Amino acid sequence: MPEPVVRKTALIVEEIFHEGGPAAETPLRRAALLCVIKNPFAGSYVEDIAGFMDDLKPLGVDMARKLVDALGGDPAVVEGYGKGAIIGTAGELEHGALWHVPGGYSMREILPSSNAIVPSTKKIGGPGTRLDVPVTHCNASYVRSHFDAMEVGLADGPKADEMLLALVMTTGPRIHARVGGLKASEIKGEDGLR
Amino acid sequence: MTARIRKLVTVMEAVEREAGQAVSPPAVRVCCAALVANPFAGRYVEDLSELIAVGAEMGSLLARRCLDLSGLKPEAIQSFGKAAMVGEAGEIEHAAAVLHPALGAPLREVLGGGKALVPSSKKMGGPGDTLDVPLGHKDAAYVRSHFDGMPIRISDGPRAGEILIAVALAPTGRPLPRVGGLTHDEITGTDGLR
Repeated sequence: MPEPVVRKTALIVEEIFHEGGPAAETPLRRAALLCVIKNPFAGSYVEDIAGFMDDLKPLGVDMARKLVDALGGDPAVVEGYGKGAIIGTAGELEHGALWHVPGGYSMREILPSSNAIVPSTKKIGGPGTRLDVPVTHCNASYVRSHFDAMEVGLADGPKADEMLLALVMTTGPRIHARVGGLKASEIKGEDGLR
Repeated sequence: MTARIRKLVTVMEAVEREAGQAVSPPAVRVCCAALVANPFAGRYVEDLSELIAVGAEMGSLLARRCLDLSGLKPEAIQSFGKAAMVGEAGEIEHAAAVLHPALGAPLREVLGGGKALVPSSKKMGGPGDTLDVPLGHKDAAYVRSHFDGMPIRISDGPRAGEILIAVALAPTGRPLPRVGGLTHDEITGTDGLR
């Protein structure tokens, strides 16, 4: 399988101080790393695509490292994560599914407490298409305060023969989280759920 | 600080390939945008000096955020630009108050200079609207390879009583410039034009 050919990367950091309520002492940060690569399967139906997952692993790890660096370099500050992909119009949704394993693997490789499944979404789209990447707690999926999402996208991609890969990390709960449920302080962190 | 900030979003984009050609070094653009409360939303106020003070604070803060995220040194920056988008309960003159009287000086102070006019743009808009921040060479406005722009978009702002204020910086011009004109290497850099 071919090595991923990167055309463009984007690093996005949001700092959220408040949303109409009391301003937080430490803002919630959400960070996304986007990578636009050539889709090696664009334009034709290819049966055997699974090998490309291995080729994407080093790229994924590099993206995850850059995200942690953008959040200050300490993986312990990361409390939530998510991943997603937008496949250009000459590809198919199944090509986005190639990102599940390497996208999740890369972040769990780097983050110390990451037993939870990495929530994900994907779609077919073009330049300017936006993707709402779901986010949940890294170590216990049921932590209600950390159910979140980050909207990402680029004006100039993905083109028809490209795919946009996204990783998202967050540093805490929604800024005014107050709808109850399992708290981050209450988790056991064994099964990835609670 | 005068400005009441709800959210800061910093984006760095790097183009490594364009039209199949390698871009070396990659063409990089960084933008930081703030969603701030508009103190004059919903009413006509003659004296806009509070927003002028907000502009001064943003010139410094947004430029610093751009440098922090990108890791670029001030002396590496070749281009700059600024823009504002006013939520529906404000007026376009509020963008002018933020951008024109006082934002440029602290921006130039962060960068260690900048002889050229800071190119700017403004509009009224709502959540999810795209603001295209113009970019131009910071010491010589006629450098053709550096005429550029960077889109910024925040899904949840500006709300009616907010203003989105953005500064963009770049250490390079466009990815594959080839339409002639004055180049970065040819400038005198004394009059802000050539």
